[in-house]
Amino acid sequence: MKFSHAIIEKNVLLLAVLSLITVSIGGLVQIVPLFTIETTIERVEGMRPYTPLELAGRNIYIREGCYNCHSQQIRTFKDEVERYGHYSLAAESMYDHPFQWGSKRTGPDLARVGGKYSNDWHVAHLNHPQALVPESIMPAYAFLNRPLSFDDMADHLKALRIAGVPYTDEMVAEAVRDVRLQAGALPDEDTEALLARYPKAHVGDFDGKPAEVTEMDALVAYLQMLGTLVDFTRISPDDLKQ
Amino acid sequence: MAVASAIGAQGMVAARPVTTETYYEDVVRAFIVAAMFWGIAAFAVGVLIAFQLAFPALNMGLEWTTFGRLRPLHTSAAIFAFGGSALIGSSLYVVQRTCRAPLFGGRYLGWFVFLGYQLFIVMAATGYLLGITQGKEYAEPEWYVDLWLTIVWVAYLIAFAGTLFKRREPHIYVANWFYLAFIITIAMLHIVNNVTIPVSFTGTKSYIAWAGVQDAMIQWWYGHNAVGFFLTAGFLGMMYYFIPKAAERPVYSYRLSIVHFWALIFLYIWAGPHHLHYTALPDWTQTLGMVMSVVLWMPSWGGMINGIMTLSGAWDKLRTDPGLRFSVTAVGFYGMSTFEGPVMSVKAVNGLSHYTDWTIGHVHSGALGWVAFICFGMMYYIVPVLWRKKGLYSKALVEWHFWTATLGIVLYITAMWVSGIMQGLMWRAYDEYGFLQYSFVETVAAMHPYYVIRGTGGLLFLTGALFMAYNLFRTIRSAESIEPQAAVASVAAE
Repeated sequence: MKFSHAIIEKNVLLLAVLSLITVSIGGLVQIVPLFTIETTIERVEGMRPYTPLELAGRNIYIREGCYNCHSQQIRTFKDEVERYGHYSLAAESMYDHPFQWGSKRTGPDLARVGGKYSNDWHVAHLNHPQALVPESIMPAYAFLNRPLSFDDMADHLKALRIAGVPYTDEMVAEAVRDVRLQAGALPDEDTEALLARYPKAHVGDFDGKPAEVTEMDALVAYLQMLGTLVDFTRISPDDLKQ
Repeated sequence: MAVASAIGAQGMVAARPVTTETYYEDVVRAFIVAAMFWGIAAFAVGVLIAFQLAFPALNMGLEWTTFGRLRPLHTSAAIFAFGGSALIGSSLYVVQRTCRAPLFGGRYLGWFVFLGYQLFIVMAATGYLLGITQGKEYAEPEWYVDLWLTIVWVAYLIAFAGTLFKRREPHIYVANWFYLAFIITIAMLHIVNNVTIPVSFTGTKSYIAWAGVQDAMIQWWYGHNAVGFFLTAGFLGMMYYFIPKAAERPVYSYRLSIVHFWALIFLYIWAGPHHLHYTALPDWTQTLGMVMSVVLWMPSWGGMINGIMTLSGAWDKLRTDPGLRFSVTAVGFYGMSTFEGPVMSVKAVNGLSHYTDWTIGHVHSGALGWVAFICFGMMYYIVPVLWRKKGLYSKALVEWHFWTATLGIVLYITAMWVSGIMQGLMWRAYDEYGFLQYSFVETVAAMHPYYVIRGTGGLLFLTGALFMAYNLFRTIRSAESIEPQAAVASVAAE
């Protein structure tokens, strides 16, 4: 029998089902293997879930739409590696729900901004970018100098745990207190347990207002950890083969 | 055959039983008014944020008016509010007439789709201003808005496909293939990309189920096919009805429409990874995405050829029908941006263009030149028909609209080509000693004049849309009505 397209054209259900099958194939081929091929995410040491304060900062980063102008993905080019640091690994965003690689660099890449500037610089820059960088076209974020809302931090960790982030019961139980502890609002208390839960976490008062945990504290804590978890001096190119 | 399936079998009308069922058009009218409103809103916010990049003081120091919160408002308003209202409205018009059947579900389902979709837009937009966002481009609405849209979308599918089931034509007209593929695919993309875990059912915040590299792939599988199916397949459906109608010609090639339909919907889905070249996405996925993106050029141009060549023998209408001129210019821009896209998806080119304004210029040659222009052409055709008027209030105003908008697009995309390529080259420039030649902020400062030109282009485009709104308003209000009989399903030989 000779095929005639008229058969499809005369049957709504057939047209719909064939269309659905046709549009499903590409996604299945490209997406499913990323979950099944083990080498998709490099096995490097140092990755850990975000501290509750960093997570709150990351949520502010998302809320303010920073990804509209800043990427967090250094490509494998000489100039990018020289400008920003080691090219980004898949492993470095393995706990990112959602990913924030971005698609535009109206401002510079932030994948490894952690540790490049002081806390004071970040606070002054966020308050008034043009005061530090006259040519900057970034909006001012002085309104972040307000109290951070973090009473429900444990719920955030629990939601992320459902999504696969390995937060322990202890991390969930201590979530609210860890926010205060990391932001320097509990200066007399020991941070050893916090640092054991979250190695390399930056502890201290970020915005110069020790008594209060502000949105500024959270955002700067997040920026200061970006790209700092993996120690690239201990990694060879062979470790990174996907 | 081409004529039969393109314009509907006119000769068979007399043999059919005459009924008095009428097309349901109130909801189409509402969608057209909404499209005009959201179009102006989207263009106005676009102009504002364009000038924010040239003059950061326009961020106004308020949290609700920063670029970061307004940019999703602009993109969503343009794509989903303006484009979506035009698409849904026109599809409900086209499906009734090409099926010679009234809308399935009638006024109640139609109005539910309209009001539900507008509520989705308002919930999403107010959320952005308040900082409620998932942080995924073009999929910013949070979980509760996503759920609501899913319900509305299912209702839309039922109304559309139900009308196809009730059709009195043996064939499903080609425009409806594209509209149907658009509805089905957007449903699939929307659901998979928005699998989230709400922090609490009384709060707005949720976390996406996917992480890192997988989330990136799923996001751009969604993101590129928001372009491919929302902004392309749906609008090709619009093209396949309104260009033949306005030109009073059958579609150029029936065979080509079959081939390019299946090729287009098969290939578009693979193109997502070209947004992730040289990133941590595995190489095999990047290369696969690049190859498929280049292949995609062919079916894209198949659609362009079919649209433009439909004017064979009716080219003179471009002089006398400025609405049709919008539609045909739109197909021209479609051809241009679907050539530029595959070029930019080649890894070597993308290495330069990615992260720069070149991408923004490319998107806007598609969004302004193709999407908005095909909508304008449709609206200039459909408004006199829907409101039973003899014609538009002023053809001269359409001319003015056409030229201001075209000039605006040209300014926009040339400024972005220059600034994008320049910035890409500056980022990778080395001086004679082997150091990076420019600090990042030097490249920002160099963008200033182009950002001003781009903003001016946008302002011209917005001005043109205001001409249009006035023209359509006066058309609707004009006293020169025609006999209200053209809307009867059994009489209208579409």
